[in-house]
Amino acid sequence: MSQIKIVNLQKSFGDFTAVKNSNLTINDKEFFVLLGPSGCGKTTTLRMIAGLELPTSGEIYLGDEEVGMLRASERDIAFVFQLFALYPHMNVRNNLSFPLKMQGYKKSDIKNRVEEAAKLLRIDHILNSNISSLSGGDRQRVALGRALVRRPKAFLMDEPLGTLDAEFRELMCLELKKLHLDIGATTVYVTHDQLEAMSLADRIAVMDGGEILQADEPNIIYNKPKTKFVASFIGSPGMNFFEVNEGISKDQSFVNIEGAKFDIPKQLEESKGSKNFFGIRPENLTLNNNEGLKGSVFGVEYLGSRKIITVKTSLGEIKVKTDISVDVKLNENVQVKPSNNNIIIFDGATDKSLNSEFIK
Amino acid sequence: MDTSRSYLEPSSFSKKMAAAIIIVYAVITLIPISWMVMTSFKNVDSAISYPPEVLFEPSLEGYVNLFTNRSRQSQEYLDSLPPPENWYEELVRSREMVITGPSKFLGRYSNSMIIGFGSTFASVFLGALAAYAFSRFRVPLKDDLLFFILSTRMFPPIAVAVPIFIMYRKLGLGDTHLGMIILYTVVNLSLAVWLLKGFMDEIPKEYEEAAMIDGYSRLQAFFKVVLPQAMTGIAATAIFCMIFSWNEYAFAVLLTQFNAQTAPPFIPTIIGEGGLDWPAIGAGTTLFLLPVMIFTIILRKHLLRGITFGAVRK
Repeated sequence: MSQIKIVNLQKSFGDFTAVKNSNLTINDKEFFVLLGPSGCGKTTTLRMIAGLELPTSGEIYLGDEEVGMLRASERDIAFVFQLFALYPHMNVRNNLSFPLKMQGYKKSDIKNRVEEAAKLLRIDHILNSNISSLSGGDRQRVALGRALVRRPKAFLMDEPLGTLDAEFRELMCLELKKLHLDIGATTVYVTHDQLEAMSLADRIAVMDGGEILQADEPNIIYNKPKTKFVASFIGSPGMNFFEVNEGISKDQSFVNIEGAKFDIPKQLEESKGSKNFFGIRPENLTLNNNEGLKGSVFGVEYLGSRKIITVKTSLGEIKVKTDISVDVKLNENVQVKPSNNNIIIFDGATDKSLNSEFIK
Repeated sequence: MDTSRSYLEPSSFSKKMAAAIIIVYAVITLIPISWMVMTSFKNVDSAISYPPEVLFEPSLEGYVNLFTNRSRQSQEYLDSLPPPENWYEELVRSREMVITGPSKFLGRYSNSMIIGFGSTFASVFLGALAAYAFSRFRVPLKDDLLFFILSTRMFPPIAVAVPIFIMYRKLGLGDTHLGMIILYTVVNLSLAVWLLKGFMDEIPKEYEEAAMIDGYSRLQAFFKVVLPQAMTGIAATAIFCMIFSWNEYAFAVLLTQFNAQTAPPFIPTIIGEGGLDWPAIGAGTTLFLLPVMIFTIILRKHLLRGITFGAVRK
């Protein structure tokens, strides 16, 4: 197992730059998730680490070795594909032993290692089955098994749970997490699903437009997003933003939005421009009938234990996550106000969050 | 009203109609072939008798004549010979002839085999490599190249017969196995590239990527992972190539005489006593039909899937 480090990595396809000047260090034995919307460059980054794409510029280190220009077959990594890419003309056992055969292991060694991996993944009873007869979950396990038997330096996974149905995905998430704890392999996992990322990752890198916006532990990504994109992409629903048409100065502790005054955490940094954004998560807002921003209820979504209420105000639509007991009707007039001071100011010029007492 | 059957399923009447049409079509198609097979088992007299005999006493004379050269002898000479050693000598003697040696048919037949299978293998192998490259790599001028390849199909191959004849004479390829294999491969290759490219496009590239991650080179991945999955396409392509090079007549007449002459130009030249030896020609064509028939039957499951491939996504 090894650390993975990418330095100034860039990838262009013609005029299109898929990955821009990225730097990242993935620690040994870490479960690292690359998260972002489709087309953000996460899969391209993963494929460059795997050697399925060659970088336009930059370096990739696997352990101490620079592997950026090596072929995939020379890198000693394993890759789990979204569609599994199990060889359909071979049975499960042959799929699992395929990578070992190339490395010239003895027949008995191959058998032992295949059976060991199969036992770990609980697929030892289907070793002689055909791929086409397997369920989605079993295919997933076989794909993992094929990665496991090699004992590679790192595991790379490209949305491996993407094709499974929701219920099964949760189960496989748990299994993956457990498997990672058992074997402690450096893992890079690509997904667009934030729940998957949150539940699996030791650290998450959020990507957009070919850039890595933030790489941190899940709770930091959620609570202290560094950019406006991260704040809106993470969370369901994402953060609410209000335009603030004034510059923010150091030590400022309130802002004016459309003539109303809102308290904010004491700012430790001044903004570059005069247009900024006031960001607050839906669960940090409450509804009441006497103070705050006036609006009318536009939509109510039940999430079982919580409710998401969309309120139409003069500042646009605001999502409020409330307790299930809050009872409002469509078009009812309500007022919205922050319930705490967990507010982040984003600099309109850079989209980055400004340091404050709340987010340092 | 019968509600048990799905609206998508044809009614039993239309099924019966379809069956009837197929039977009529099959009978029409099979009459010449069965007549040919029947002729091969007639003797020389009944083959040309009028009105034609539908029921006849079967004879292997056609097959004996096909495989042997014979010469007519006087009765005294025949009487002076020791008794015939086997059934076919006896058959020939009854016609007042003796066998003077084997005919050229077996040689021509094996030429057909060598050239047919050789060019089929070459077309499919080269076609698969080219199709894979066109399917996976960023080839400069890819679309133009593919069109150029296809354009060789836009005229009948025989249109270039004269230049090829001169070229082959200069190169010493005329009347050689190699020359015919190259020629048929060239004609078939465009079909093979286009057909196989379609199949290669359908195989997700993740399979060979997985193999490359597993430590195999691209070429190894191609042989171990891509080719086995392209078997359907390969089988369909092989049948088309085989049928063309097996049946090809015009070039074979033009470019081959002795060494590499294939069966098609040879069979019509079988001449017996006082005219064409129809049973022998029938025997020759019957035997000629067999390899392609067997080849197609072996690969027919793939063929059906191959022809309809891509029409419906799995």
